[in-house]
Formats: sequence, C-alpha cells, structure tokens
Amino acid sequence: MAEQAFSSLETDRADSSGLRSIAADFSSDRTAFRNVSWGKAMMWIFLLSDTFVFSSFLIAYMTARMSTTVPWPNASEVFALTIGGVTLPLILIAIMTFVLISSSGTMAMAVNFAYRRERRKTAALMLATALLGASFVGMQAFEWTKLIHEGVRPWGNPWGAAQFGSTFFMITGFHGTHVTFGVIFLLIIARKVWRGDFDQERRGFFTSRKGRYEAVEIMGLYWHFVDLVWVFIFAFFYLW
Amino acid sequence: MVDVPLGHVGTAPEADSGDIELYHPHSWVTKYVFSQDAKIIAIQYSLTALTVGLIALVLSWLMRLQLGFPGVFSFIDANAYYQFITMHGMMMVVYVLTALFLGGFGNYLIPLMIGARDMVFPYVNMLSFWVYLLAVLILVASFFTPGGPTGAGWTLYPPQAILSGTPGGQDWGIILMLVSLMVFIIGFTMGGLNYVVTVLQARARGMTLMRMPLTVWGIFTASFMALLAFPALFVGAVMMLFDRALGTSFFMPAIVEMGQVLERSGGSPLLFQHLFWFFGHPEVYIVALPAFGIVSDLISTHARRNIFGYRMMVWALLAIGALSFVVWAHHMYVSGMNPYFGFFFATTTLIIAIPTAIKVYNWVLTLWRGDIHLNVPMLFALAFIVTFVNGGLTGLFLGNVVVDVPLSDTMFVVAHFHMVMGVAPILVIFGAIYHWYPKVTGRMLNDALGKLHFWVTFLGAYAIFFPMHYLGLMGVPRRYHEIGDMAFVPASAHTLNAFITIVALIVGVVQLVFVFNLFWSLRSGKPAGGNPWRATTLEWQTPETPPPHGNWGKDMPVVYRWAYDYSVPGAADDFLPQNQPSAQPVQGTAHG
Repeated sequence: MAEQAFSSLETDRADSSGLRSIAADFSSDRTAFRNVSWGKAMMWIFLLSDTFVFSSFLIAYMTARMSTTVPWPNASEVFALTIGGVTLPLILIAIMTFVLISSSGTMAMAVNFAYRRERRKTAALMLATALLGASFVGMQAFEWTKLIHEGVRPWGNPWGAAQFGSTFFMITGFHGTHVTFGVIFLLIIARKVWRGDFDQERRGFFTSRKGRYEAVEIMGLYWHFVDLVWVFIFAFFYLW
Repeated sequence: MVDVPLGHVGTAPEADSGDIELYHPHSWVTKYVFSQDAKIIAIQYSLTALTVGLIALVLSWLMRLQLGFPGVFSFIDANAYYQFITMHGMMMVVYVLTALFLGGFGNYLIPLMIGARDMVFPYVNMLSFWVYLLAVLILVASFFTPGGPTGAGWTLYPPQAILSGTPGGQDWGIILMLVSLMVFIIGFTMGGLNYVVTVLQARARGMTLMRMPLTVWGIFTASFMALLAFPALFVGAVMMLFDRALGTSFFMPAIVEMGQVLERSGGSPLLFQHLFWFFGHPEVYIVALPAFGIVSDLISTHARRNIFGYRMMVWALLAIGALSFVVWAHHMYVSGMNPYFGFFFATTTLIIAIPTAIKVYNWVLTLWRGDIHLNVPMLFALAFIVTFVNGGLTGLFLGNVVVDVPLSDTMFVVAHFHMVMGVAPILVIFGAIYHWYPKVTGRMLNDALGKLHFWVTFLGAYAIFFPMHYLGLMGVPRRYHEIGDMAFVPASAHTLNAFITIVALIVGVVQLVFVFNLFWSLRSGKPAGGNPWRATTLEWQTPETPPPHGNWGKDMPVVYRWAYDYSVPGAADDFLPQNQPSAQPVQGTAHG
C-alpha cells in the first residue's frame, strides 16, 4: 500500500496490452483513461447519461403502446406521402434518415480534416453537416405540420390510441431539440475553425480556456450519438 | 451570466498546473458571487442546501403539531398537511441531501483530496450552482402561488397528483414542482460530470484510484449513479408535465373525477411508479454512499487506526451502487404489478445486505482496539453506524414481500426510511461539518455546543423514530391528516404521538444551536491550524488554511501512500500524510 515508486507505475502502464492494459490504466495515477482529454471524457459520460434519457423515453413509449386499450395507428399509413399520385409509405422518414446518416459522414470527414489542421475544409464540412442537420429539422417540422393538419394532437388523433400523438410529439420533439442544439454548436465551432481560433489557441468567450482542434471531434461524438438515437427511434416508432 | 473580460484573464504556468488552465478572478463578484472556484461553489451549495433544510425542518414541525395535537392548530387543514408532507419529503431528499453531499462536500473535497487545483470545468461547475439555486427558487415559489404547493406526496404518484382533489393538482403547485425537478436535474448533470471526470482524469501524481480516500470513492460512485438515475425522473417529470399541461394520457387511465368522466384513457399509472423508483431507489444510495465514504474517513482519523479492509470497502461501494439499479420495484409490492416481480426484487434487495454488512463489519473492526477520540465528529460517526444498522434491520422486514404487505403505508415505513436515509446521512453531514469546518474557515467549532447539539439530536432522533416503529406495528397508517377514533388504534397511540411531537420540537430547536455555532465560531472559534485532527489526507496538507485559490500554491502535491497510515510504529507524529515520501516524520505538525 505504501511507498510505491512512480517508475513502476509508469512501466506497468507501458508494457501491457489488451485487458491487462485496461487494468494498468485504471490502477495508474492521475488518469484512468490514458490520453483522453477532460472534454472528451466528459462528453462520453454525458452521452451515457443521455442514453438513459432516450432509453427511458423509448421504454415508456413501448409500455404505453402495449398497455393502451385502443389499437395503435398504422405507421406506414400515417407516415405516407402522396407524390405525383403515388402513395409512398414512410418516404419522408426514409429521406430524413438518409439525410441524417449522410451528415454523420460529413462530420467524420470534418474530424479527419481537423486533425490535419486544414481549417477551411474542416469548416466547410462542418457547415455541410449543419445544413444537413437543419434540413432534417426542417423536414421534421414539415411532418409535424402535416400531422397536425390531419388532426393529430398530443391528447388524441383520428386513427386510434391517444398515446400515439403524445409519444410522437414528445420523442421526435426531444430528438429534434438535440439536433437543433447540435446544429447551433456546429455553427459556433465551424466559425471558430474558420477564423483560426484553434491555431492561435484563442481563449473561449465564457470559459477563457484555450481552444483546440479536439473540439471538432468532441462535437462529432455528440453528432454521431444523435444519429444513433435516431436509428432507434426510426426502428421502434416508424417500423414497429 | 458573468462577462469574463479577456484582458483580465491570467493562467497558472503550464508546468505547475498540468492540463489545467486555472481561471483567476479579478473582482469581488467573480471571486465570491459568480465564482468558478470549487471551494466557493461548495460553500454556496452548502449554505443554500442548509437553508432549504431549515425550511423543510419547519414543515416537519407543522406536520408533527397536527399529528400530536390534532385539531388544535386550525390553520393546518388536510390540504396544508399534505402540502407540508410533500414539500418536506422532496426538499429533504433532493434539494438538501443530494445537493449537500454532491454539490457541497463533493465540490469542496474532491479537488482537495485527490490533489487537483480545481474541478476540470470550473465554468460549468459555476453554472451548476446557479441552475440549482434557480430550481430551489422555483420550488419555494410554489408556496406563494394560488392553490399553494403540490400535496401529492413526495412520490407524486399519478393520477391523483394532477387531479383537482389534490392540493396544487389543478393549480400551479404540481407544475412548479415538476419544472423545478427538471431544472435541478439539468444543474446536477453539469456538476456531476465535473465530479466524475475530475476523479477519473485529474488526480495528483501518485494518486491511484486505490489510494483515494473513501470519501472520494463514495462521492464519485454516487455522482456516477446520479447521472444514470436522474434521467428516469427527468423523463417521468416531462411526461407528467405533459399530462397536466397538454392533456396527454401517459399516466392517466380512463378515470372518473367527482362524478365526471375525464377525457383520458389508456395511460399507465404504474409506468410512472417504475420511472420514479428507477430514480428513487438509486437516490437512496446516492445519499448513502457519500455518507459511507465520509464516515469511513472520520472513524479512521478519530480512532487513529487504518481503515479495515480498504479494498473490500471500495468494492462494496461499487457493488451497492450497481445492485441499487435492480431493486427499485421493492417500493411497489402493493402497487398491483405482477407478483413475480416481487419475488425477483425481494431477492435482489436482500442481496444488498451482503456488501452493506461488509461495510458495517469493517467500520466496527476499524474501531476495535483503536485509540478512539470521542470528539464531536467521532460521536456523530459512531451514532451513524448504530442508526444505520437500526434502519438497515427494518429494511430486511420491508424487503420481504409477505412482511411488507401488512406494514405498507404504516408509520413503520416512515420510521424505517427516516432512520436509514434521513437521520443516518444527516448525522454524517453534521459529523463532516464539525470535521472539515476548521479547514474551510481556519477555526474550530465550539466543542461544548457541539456536544450539546450531538446528544440532543442523537437521543432525540431515537425518541422520535423508535416509537414510530411501534405505532406502525399497531397499524397506525402514514399520510393521514387525522387518525380519529379508529377501533384498532388505542388511546396510548395518541399519547405517543404527542410525545414524538414534543421531542421533535426540542430537536428542531437544538439545530439552531448548531446554526449559531457555525456563525459564532467563524469569528470566535479557536484557531485550528492546518491539520487539527492530525489527518493523513491531502486536504489537511495544504500550504495555507483555508486553502487559497488553486489550493496548492506553487508545488502540486505528490502522493506516496494510501490515506490511512495512522498509528504507524516509529513515526513521531503517529501518522504519515499521503504526500510524505518516507517513514521519517517531518518536524512537528506539517503545516501549523
């Protein structure tokens, strides 16, 4: 317990691999996750917490759907669009999902360019990501408007269980809020990248800490998480 | 929020501070009001929580007055009584205990005990407090709204919580309560991320996880649990807010209210109970684990003995933390859920007794043959062990379905949870305040007043809650505004209730002695020096007391040993601080 030389702590860490290296990292001093910055660790733990929020929402939705006494509206009919005389089930959702998944692609490329310090390409890709995200929210607004015109309300709808509208607005609304916040932060960080803040280590307005290109990657973690959540909402709400 | 003028910002030299870039305040406002220093934030959190605690204490007086002397106080009608119950419970559990242990002790002790200069995100940490304060203000505001605060009981069960028969149900009360909880959770998340990341990634050189004091382990585990448990309450609050404000039916089945069929159908009240208790049970341990950790350090320091079975203490903390997520439905045995659930949850509940017993045995074995100093912190620590064992034993009754069913909703339940998560953690909080006050202020709290405070609080708590077990076994129900003349309630129960009320008033008044002591000792207390308890942990080794901004002055501490080297043979001072390289003791007390 007492008086262990530091050199041995360090070598424990360096010489091992796999499970052993995880154990070595956790038994070392100062940090439990080697080479993980504070910001990145915070984002991962926040996302874990947020996972519990979305899981609670989705499990609550499933419980409501199973316990309701009235039949659940048929998703492929409710979420169908008639385009040029042809009724296509889930077409809007398919496009929205495609857009959001594509935005994950542009985000990943932005992270890559950020570490190469190509700030114009990074900023452009982040801007593209933000645009895709914004169009996702726009299409969601379109979908909400359409459903509201058709008479869907949080407290009822023409086709069946009242909980359909409640859970739909609540869960897509909560996810849409996440996307919206993501877009806002994408724009803020894209501006900083464009201006070269991270090259000059300019200090943050509120936190007065030096900015680093890692901010792009941390932003990316959040963005991929929001995408992943959408996949689950898509599967459980639209495909079930 | 504060505008941080860029020109005035300086940072500590890289070599000193490692990863950290410390924010240095340059005005009174950024130093003491909108402060980013974890120690100031801790004091802000603690004072706010203690103030809320005093409000909740007065509410408990009002309840006891009604129970002890029914009908004497005409202003306590049934509605008011339920409002007092609800606000007392919610305030104590969430806004006092959680905020005080994690926001108060967490902020003060984590950076100091692990050898960091501050939390990893001081700005977010500052926001955390102000958001918490906002949550408190929203909650307290409900006292002044039409209809008053909600009277739904602290568990806020729907459908009654949002119906017109419940005080605040169709007024502002329930809305403000739910909004306040959501705001609190947002604020806590900001703080909790700080506590967890600081412990994981910002420890001093030589400070391995298995050298951390158990206080830090307890607060760390509880913070992590809170980050996973509060989301369920958040979701439940959002859904109930929609039920109340938008007319959704998440928790509302088809229901008749005062002869009128409401336009609700198909919701599940049980769903709320599951969401609430998925938060609510871990919450018990979110409060208990920091108390476990702190009490381990108090006992070890004041018995001058290394903690028995340190590694097992850590694993027991983690095991309790993990198990507490799979026991929630033991609060719902009589809710009408599937009886097979009861079997599963009774089993997991009783398994928790194993790691908990490990901890209790280890505390007792730490005391065994120790050099026990019966000073005020130690008295509170000893009282905690006794009280926690008492409360834990009645937990065995309530954890078993067959025994729980007849005891459900009686005063026995009230007695159980007040012993185990009311009195026990509060005793630790008091002990901890007496223990760390000298570090925070540089002066000792008055010993005589402290002992008076301890004995009246400790004996009084038993005089209050022991008879409640008896009342409960007789079948006296809880949450009744007036028991009246029920055949199975003998006259002696009323006498007992009056006795409990009088003791509660006395214990309440003695808390004012404690408050007086806090303020009086600030100026007139005995100067404490840097390490009055001759303790090993890093916070007692700071170059100045109270620790300055940045905690450590020029040189960061380096840790060479675990936190429990007490009564070391051959050491002149009988203890070795964590930052002392060899067994050769330094001259005199390290930093007088």
